[in-house]
Amino acid sequence: MASRSHPDAGSFRLSMLINDTRYRRVTFQIIALLLLCLAVGYLISNLLTNLSAAGLNISYDFLAEPAGYDINQRPIEYTSQSTHLRASIVGVLNTLIVAILACVTATVFGVIAGILRLSKNWLVSKIMAVYVEVFRNVPVLIWIIIIFTIMTASMPAPKAFRGANAESSMLFDMFAFTNRGVYIPAPQFANPLFENGLLNWVLVIAFLLLSFLGARALGKRASAEQASTGQRPTTWHLTLSIWVAPIGALMVIMGLYFDYPALKGFNFRGGLQIRGSLIALWIALAIYTGAFIAENVRAGILAVSRGQTEAAAALGLRPNRVMNLVILPQALRVIIPPMISHYLNITKNSSLAIAVGYMDVTGTLGGITLNQTGRAIETILLLMLFYLTISLSISAIMNVYNNSIKLKER
Amino acid sequence: MKTSFVLGALAVAGLAAGAAYAGTLDDVKARGTLNCGVSTGLVGFAAPNASGEWEGFDVGMCRAVAAAVLGDANAVEFVPTTGKTRFTALASGEVDMLARNTTWTFSRDVDLKFEFTGVNYYDGQGFMVPSDLGVSSAKELDGATVCIQTGTTTELNLADFFRSNNMSYEPVPIETNAEAQQQYLAGACDVYTTDASGLAATRATFENPDAHVVLPEIISKEPLGPLVRHGDNNWGDIVRWTLNALITAEELGVTSANMAEMASGTNNPEINRLMGTEGTLGEMLGLDATWAQRVLAVGGNYGEMFEANIGESTPIGLARGLNAQWKNGGLLYSPPFR
Repeated sequence: MASRSHPDAGSFRLSMLINDTRYRRVTFQIIALLLLCLAVGYLISNLLTNLSAAGLNISYDFLAEPAGYDINQRPIEYTSQSTHLRASIVGVLNTLIVAILACVTATVFGVIAGILRLSKNWLVSKIMAVYVEVFRNVPVLIWIIIIFTIMTASMPAPKAFRGANAESSMLFDMFAFTNRGVYIPAPQFANPLFENGLLNWVLVIAFLLLSFLGARALGKRASAEQASTGQRPTTWHLTLSIWVAPIGALMVIMGLYFDYPALKGFNFRGGLQIRGSLIALWIALAIYTGAFIAENVRAGILAVSRGQTEAAAALGLRPNRVMNLVILPQALRVIIPPMISHYLNITKNSSLAIAVGYMDVTGTLGGITLNQTGRAIETILLLMLFYLTISLSISAIMNVYNNSIKLKER
Repeated sequence: MKTSFVLGALAVAGLAAGAAYAGTLDDVKARGTLNCGVSTGLVGFAAPNASGEWEGFDVGMCRAVAAAVLGDANAVEFVPTTGKTRFTALASGEVDMLARNTTWTFSRDVDLKFEFTGVNYYDGQGFMVPSDLGVSSAKELDGATVCIQTGTTTELNLADFFRSNNMSYEPVPIETNAEAQQQYLAGACDVYTTDASGLAATRATFENPDAHVVLPEIISKEPLGPLVRHGDNNWGDIVRWTLNALITAEELGVTSANMAEMASGTNNPEINRLMGTEGTLGEMLGLDATWAQRVLAVGGNYGEMFEANIGESTPIGLARGLNAQWKNGGLLYSPPFR
């Protein structure tokens, strides 16, 4: 375009908006934007007209009213007298619980399956190929229902544990596998530092984080020493004590003990119940998305040229070091971007929870609250806002990570 | 991409604009079918039979309205709705009426802007447990796991019942009756709770119904009835008086068997008004004179419909109880046809 003779800036005519390529582009964009605004404006005015015709209004007052229903899995204090807002927060936490569990597990499954699919062992690579093809080609809803049905149909009901010669018994008297979920011993504190149970766990996580940072600093110092002297100091006992000592001291101070599940009345009481609905959703999302991640990992590894492996081997690196030091760091550049979208998918697919009655935010806010208050538009808008926030947050975090590992161009 | 979005948005907007709030009668007549929201499958009330035809007590209500308005009891498009989707379906105009064992409550009537056109079944929430659980009263259910259909009034009643009795429970929310049945039979919950009529209907479909008992406690009032949207009073009147015609016919002894005889004129003026041989009640509704005859021709009067679908001779085996005519000690009491 630069070669064409330019008319003077002053001689602009209206027809140039269509005929001149320099302006035409902008003209069409403005027209499209106007149409878009009109369409959205029409949709909104249509909604408002219809709402007022039906005598309805948009109001979020219901959030402060008592919810009136119970939720089985409550990460925070909640009773049927709590507000709809609190019910929504319980739902949000339940969504986050299953999303985080599934993201971590899917990554583990995916990385293992992806690497094993490239194995030279024929059987192993074929088994992984079958896993990937079977799981990613069947809708995740079906997997959720299959796993849930298997759990409820094949596991014993709590009453099978009852009586002198019960049909089922607990594993080590600690774990009970029932069709209502798995009961495991629950860690409890005899003399907690905070009244609020959640804060104690925040403290524990903070301690673990500090230990992690300490161990990393130690590792860095060791590497620096290795770089200057050629000798790597022995640090494993220091690392171990950094990990164990602070958390151990905290546990002793707070008086850690385990609450074992025991059969009382209709159900197991005590301990920590991991409900069948959570397990089904978690496992299904993890194996389903894991199959996709496996393909990403495989693609990422195959994207690293063979010469890199050979060059690393020629330098005398052992195969596992070749993988860890040469191939995976380069493969991650290919693996991470699609991984972001898989994490987003897991979070969004967790809204299938209602199929197994897991009370995530779609089940509480978008399900029961919507139904009992009839505020469909308000709750759906809130839901959209929540999923948007979570998805954008995951994207942002993963992008930061991606930037830190991507090829540094100088 | 942008254009396709705009086109799609316009199409959606066009559809939404088509959902009018008045003139349901004209819409139904123009369409030629009645869109009736029913449950996704509750034997006796609304479920497709072996040949795929919908039948049941609530389905009968839909057919009666279709017969009154369109003259054809089969001109009904049945729209299965879950506890969660039913109100949106009605409010958006996807269905013209809802006959889906829906409890008449203050907030649904006033806040959700619906109009309940009467009560076609007086129900109450009950509990079903396996007999071998050894429970004889709902007060013994402390700590039990309870399967419950989500999005229903039963959810709130259950929370209230356990709270007022200082008992704890573990709710297992479930979307449809069929899934709840599956969970309950697998022992994933100790108790299944829903309206007592629903429990009876569900129990009737079990392989071994005698292994399950419905506990004596009824913990709530559940007046179930058909409903329509606020704001179209004429349509509401048609549905209301179709139900009243069914009830009145039983009270006056008009059955599907003697209807032809009754329609040719009797000494009872109220029967004559109902049958359209006297007065202009049908015209007042915007229908013709013989609308009630067509209503009764579908499945007989209220009592006949009850006996055929959920009565004691059916596997569901519900007694009339509260749903008997007021003369027989029940609560059915239709305003007079005059």
